[in-house]
Amino acid sequence: MPKQSPVPDEVDKPFWDAANEDRLVVQNCIDCDRLQHPPVAKCPDCDPGTNLEWKEMSGRGRVYGYGVMYDCPVTILAEDQPFNIAVVELEEDPGIKMLSHLPGTPVDDVPVGAAVEVVFEVTPTTGQKVPEWRVVG
Amino acid sequence: MPTQNAPASMYRSTEGLGIWEHKGKVAAVGIGHSPTARRWDETTDTSLGAWSILALRRAIEDAGVRPDEVDGLVMAQETSTGSPWPSDKPIPEDFLNTYKSTDNPLDGIARLSADWILMNMPELTNVNFTMYGPGCMSNAVVTAAQAVGEGLTEVCLVLKGWHNFGGRYYVGQGAAGGNTVTGPGKYSTLWGTVACYTTAMQFEAYCRKYGKNHDMMAPFVVNEKRNGLMFPEGFWAQHRPEVLTVEDYLAARWIAKPANLFDNDIPIMASAAYLFTTPERAKDMKQKPVYILNVASDRTRVRSFGPTLEEAEAATDETGRKIYEGSGLSPSDLSFENMYDGFTLFHQFHLEGIRFAGVQRGEALDFYATDITIEGPNPASPSGGNAGAGRTRFWMHTDSIQQIQGRAGARQISKPAEIGVSGGPTPTGGNFTVWSSTPG
Ligand SMILES: [Zn+2]
Repeated sequence: MPKQSPVPDEVDKPFWDAANEDRLVVQNCIDCDRLQHPPVAKCPDCDPGTNLEWKEMSGRGRVYGYGVMYDCPVTILAEDQPFNIAVVELEEDPGIKMLSHLPGTPVDDVPVGAAVEVVFEVTPTTGQKVPEWRVVG
Repeated sequence: MPTQNAPASMYRSTEGLGIWEHKGKVAAVGIGHSPTARRWDETTDTSLGAWSILALRRAIEDAGVRPDEVDGLVMAQETSTGSPWPSDKPIPEDFLNTYKSTDNPLDGIARLSADWILMNMPELTNVNFTMYGPGCMSNAVVTAAQAVGEGLTEVCLVLKGWHNFGGRYYVGQGAAGGNTVTGPGKYSTLWGTVACYTTAMQFEAYCRKYGKNHDMMAPFVVNEKRNGLMFPEGFWAQHRPEVLTVEDYLAARWIAKPANLFDNDIPIMASAAYLFTTPERAKDMKQKPVYILNVASDRTRVRSFGPTLEEAEAATDETGRKIYEGSGLSPSDLSFENMYDGFTLFHQFHLEGIRFAGVQRGEALDFYATDITIEGPNPASPSGGNAGAGRTRFWMHTDSIQQIQGRAGARQISKPAEIGVSGGPTPTGGNFTVWSSTPG
């Protein structure tokens, strides 16, 4: 599904740059040894909270849950309705969650708990790649 | 000094604080409501500012005090339900000629400052305490209760107003219409999420966890609409007195399945105001005081995309514990519950969190199939909430005060209305108040 192109900013540029290289990275607070997503300028759990790094993930996860969009406000997604929006949790830390359209999975037939792996999808406007997820096996 | 947001220290947002130090020492007395409208017609006397002043004057009159007795004002500055005033559109001339302006031209139109209110209510000659309880009435209510408890004000007005303008401001508008996305939307709206998506996702997980289904929501939503039609201050009662049936609910189109049209509320314009005071001052006022036994706040920080079901359940469990710890009450003390319902699909998190009528986790949808009406033993959301009266997030508070004062009219619950709880908005971030007919 063609998506809006995300415009990276100072904080999350490494996340989106990695996506363009088909790599999934997640921000990590070195002092707390804790992953954080979406990216933030400062770790919310410690001070000054700026000892942050980017950790490469395996790209494996699981479907946590989902909903099916029928009345989507985003114009360029509207003609693809209805479509799944799943919440995926990462293998390294199920607390870290990302959204996915689950390309290849039929609408409203989402296998909750199933294993997924990351794929990288090009967005049409700028070519920026976006992490997406496919059910495996 | 410009009016400030309430400091974090005024909120009871952690457990272990014991009984609220001002339990029974703050009372709600007066209530004032403006009319409602779907959207502003751009006439001066139906503007956000005019209706907010109207609500305040009605609350003052209802309490039976003189305006010069009022010494405090707690309110929210934000009044948007998502609808911006177009940047290139002039403010109507008549509005500018009628009201004094602050340095923000949208004051009284698309936002409200305490300065604007005080400039345009010259009869409030003795207000020396102003504070913002940002967001919604739930916040302003706990802020004002704490302020009266702390002696910062003795006769305090509490105000929340909402504006809503013409035109579409949602589907395909603004960022949603673009080919790129910036800010937090890169991790949510990029995939096409709508406001109710997260709640829908939580509700789907809830149904899976407990073996329930969306159809089981019908009795609750039907009851919400019924209660709302008995709320003469509300939007549906005033403008669209349409009865909702179970069949209507089950046939409604999906927005984000499993959230359908009736699980969402309708954005409207309306203002409401209350008058809070001390029990001593309340003795001389016109209405029966409704004592506040506790205020509690939830400031959950969501870990990642979410909140998830687990986060919603943990947060509302904690809120329930705070509500009872600070008030010294238990679930069986509640005559009714008025926890937030906008979206309807998260009301069960709140209801189960406070264990209303002994309902445990996973049992709320079965509870909805029992008698939850105002006539029954366990009135659930007698206000009708946002679903029954429109998106304001204040019906629950007005109803709680009216129920205990015996002024809820056709909505008056059949059992004695002694103690109730109201608050919200979301399961993972809100402010909650315990109301009572007696101070302890
Ligand atoms: Zn940290």
